[in-house]
Amino acid sequence: MKIEILGTGCPKCKKLSELAAEAVNKLGASAEITKVTDINKIIDYGVMVTPALVIDGDVKIAGKIPEKEEIKRWIEEKKNEIIS
Amino acid sequence: MIILSYISKGKWKKAMKQKNKFLFIIIVFTFFYFMPFSSSKILNALMESLLMAQDYARQHVLLCLIPAFFIAGAIANFISQENIIKYFGAEANKFLSYTVASVSGTILAVCSCTVLPLFAGIYKRGAGIGPATAFLYSGPAINILAIILTARVLGFELGLARATGAIIFSIVIGLSMHFIFHEDEKEKIKDKSLFSESNTQEERPLWQTAFYFTTLIGILIFANWRKDESLKIWQAIYSSKWYITGILLIILFWMLVKWFNKEERAQWVSSSWSFAQQILPFLLGGVLVAGFLLGRPGSEALIPKIWIGNLVGGNSLWSNLFASVVGAFMYFATLTEIPILQGLLGAGMGKGPALALLLAGPALSLPNMLVIRSILGTKKTLVFILLVITMATLSGMIFGYFF
Repeated sequence: MKIEILGTGCPKCKKLSELAAEAVNKLGASAEITKVTDINKIIDYGVMVTPALVIDGDVKIAGKIPEKEEIKRWIEEKKNEIIS
Repeated sequence: MIILSYISKGKWKKAMKQKNKFLFIIIVFTFFYFMPFSSSKILNALMESLLMAQDYARQHVLLCLIPAFFIAGAIANFISQENIIKYFGAEANKFLSYTVASVSGTILAVCSCTVLPLFAGIYKRGAGIGPATAFLYSGPAINILAIILTARVLGFELGLARATGAIIFSIVIGLSMHFIFHEDEKEKIKDKSLFSESNTQEERPLWQTAFYFTTLIGILIFANWRKDESLKIWQAIYSSKWYITGILLIILFWMLVKWFNKEERAQWVSSSWSFAQQILPFLLGGVLVAGFLLGRPGSEALIPKIWIGNLVGGNSLWSNLFASVVGAFMYFATLTEIPILQGLLGAGMGKGPALALLLAGPALSLPNMLVIRSILGTKKTLVFILLVITMATLSGMIFGYFF
C-alpha cells in the first residue's frame, strides 16, 4: 500500500504524517509513507487545500487533519479491497 | 513493515543536525561574548523590547488575539471551502471569479500555507492567471487574523485601508496579468472536477452558522470597545461593554451545546489551538525584535529615528517605493509585520509607506517568489512582482495623501 502526504511543509502537514505513521504502526499494515511537497504534483492529484492524505492514488481527505481512527479505517478499507 | 522513504537520508540528516547545533552554539556564545550589554544604548533597547512585549501581553493578547484565534478556528472548521472554490473553475463566470478571488482570502487564507496550492490550482486547472494572481495578492493581506490585529494595533484606518487596498488592487493586478498573458492560456488542461461541489452535505442550516459567526465577532468587537466620548451612544456601549460581552458569551455557550456535537466542539478548540501554536511564538519573536530595534511608539531604541525618517518618513514616491520593495522581498511570518510596522510608525515612518509595506509584504517574499516562479515561469513572475510593487507604492501614496 502506498500512502502519500501532500503538503508544502506547514505544521499541519507534519502532524498529518505523524498520525499516518502511527496508524500504520498500530495496524501493522505494510505501507510506504511518502511526502509530496512539490506544488505542481499536489495539483495533479486535484488537491488545492493542504494537507491531504492519499492512499494508493485515492485522495481521502484534503484541507483537514483527520482523526487517527479515520486513517485506520481507510487503511483497513484499502486492505479489504486488495484482498477481495 | 514500514518503509519510510527518507530513511536513507536519515544519517545525512542527523549529521546536518549536529553541525547546525554546533553552529548555533558558536553563534549564541559569540553574541554574548561581544555584545556590549552594559552600554546604555543596548540596555535601553532591551528594556524597550521587554516593555513592548508587555504592551502586547496586556493590551492585545487576551481580548483581541484569543477571540481572533477562535474565529479563525471556526472558519477553518465550519465554513465549507468547496463552496467558494467552485467559483474558480474554468467555466465560472469571469466577473464572479475576480470578485470572489479578491475577497475570499478572509476565509481561504487563514493558514498561509494554503495560499500557494490554491493559487497553483486556480492558475493551472481553473479560471486562469487573472483570478489566480488576484487571489495570491489579496489572500494573505486580508486573512481574518491579519485584519483584526492590524486594526487593533495600528489603528482602524490602516486596518480598513489594508483590506480595501488589497481587494481593489488585487482585481487591478489580476486583470492586468490576464490582459498581458491571455494569449498563452489557450492550450491549458481544464479540469472541472477539481472545482465542482463535493457531495458532502452541510449538516448545519446556514442561519445557524451565520448567527454563530455574528456572535463570535460580536464578542471580539464589544470586548475591545474603546472609550469614545464624542457620542452618547458610544459612551453607553462603553460603560456596558462587559454586560454585552457576557450576554454574548452565554448565547455562544448555548449555541455550542444545542447546535454542535461533541466532536465538532473538540475540533473547533483544537484548530483554534493550532493557530495559536503556529502564530504566537513568531509574534512574540517579532514583538521582541521590533521593540529592540525600533522601540515603542514615542521612544527610541537601537536604530536612530532619523534614519527611519529619512528612508520611509513622509509620503514621497521614494519612501513608498522603498517600503514596497523591502516588503516584497522580506519574509514576514504571519502577523509579525504588525509589531514591526508599529515600531517603524512610532519611529517616524509615514502612514503611506506603512500601507505600502503592509500590501507588498505578506503577498510576496523571496522564498515564495521562487515557488511562484516554479508555477508561472520567470517572465510572468517578474511581471507579477513589478505589478505588486507598483500597486503597493501607488496605494501607499494615495493613502498617505489623505491621512
